Amino acid sequence: MKGNVGIVIVSHSADVARGTALMVEQMVGREVPLGWCGGDPDGGLGTSVEAILAAIDKAWSEQGVAILVDLGGAETNSEMAIEMLPESRRSRVVVCNAPVVEGAVMAATEAASGAPLDVVRRTAEELTPA
Amino acid sequence: MIDRQTRKRLLKTVANRVIACADELTDLDRAIGDGDHGANMRRGFEAVLAAVDDLSAKSFGESLKGVGTTLVMKVGGASGPLYGTLFLSLGKSLADEVDREQVVDAFVAAIEAVKARGKSDIGQKTMLDVLYPVLGVLRESGEDLPARLKTVARLAAESTIPMKAIRGRASFLGERSIGHMDPGARSAALMVDAVVDVMEGFA
Repeated sequence: MKGNVGIVIVSHSADVARGTALMVEQMVGREVPLGWCGGDPDGGLGTSVEAILAAIDKAWSEQGVAILVDLGGAETNSEMAIEMLPESRRSRVVVCNAPVVEGAVMAATEAASGAPLDVVRRTAEELTPA
Repeated sequence: MIDRQTRKRLLKTVANRVIACADELTDLDRAIGDGDHGANMRRGFEAVLAAVDDLSAKSFGESLKGVGTTLVMKVGGASGPLYGTLFLSLGKSLADEVDREQVVDAFVAAIEAVKARGKSDIGQKTMLDVLYPVLGVLRESGEDLPARLKTVARLAAESTIPMKAIRGRASFLGERSIGHMDPGARSAALMVDAVVDVMEGFA
């Protein structure tokens, strides 16, 4: 075991991302590596590949990272960011098809139990603990 | 032969055309999306302009890839990875010496890459609805190719007006997305028009 799966929150809004991160921390404290970002490169609503890459780096775990996204552009930019990762990391980062707030809290709670990446993802997507 | 001067003119013309129409793109996006397409594209192509000397100093393929990476990093909406993927793919296929057949092949690969990135297809009210008909005309070749490319790009963008959006933010509107031109289709048509102007020596 090399630590818990990391969680990344990607929203169009920095406020939503930060608020979601606070809810995750309230649930799991600092047991789960956490990264978040929101807003376009100018600080407006949107998402930034550069910021997503930084958030993945912050939440990096050898166990992998699960990304929770809000709307379309967040997903497309997250998938692009994953492709831009070094090859050794690429296969260990997934985007979860789940609502960002509920998904992040569920995923982090599962991750805090030491569950592997595929289980964390499934829990987020089904919104039910494994 | 796409020499350094041509590369620079090409990148500058495309970038300036998109930037000049940013407000129009934003208005189109405000009708059926989140209203940021113009601002996002402006930010991306301003970054391309800022780097245009470095970008055009590289080979044609590398300069296109450079545009792609710049758009991916700077645009800040889904159009960043979508147009970024288009340019990255074109850059992988094209060299300084280029003929129409090679452009056709490069376009085929680039359209596939954009489809995969956007998980979308023709007829879903996206930029693909411009790129695909443009590919069709490129394939036909023949007389008046530049004029026909421009015409097909414009008409194809207009053809998205009666379409119902299946992908992207506009799809949330369902039937209400009908009756508006897709902003991504419009920006794709603008770029085709700008590229043709450069190839004809008008810009």
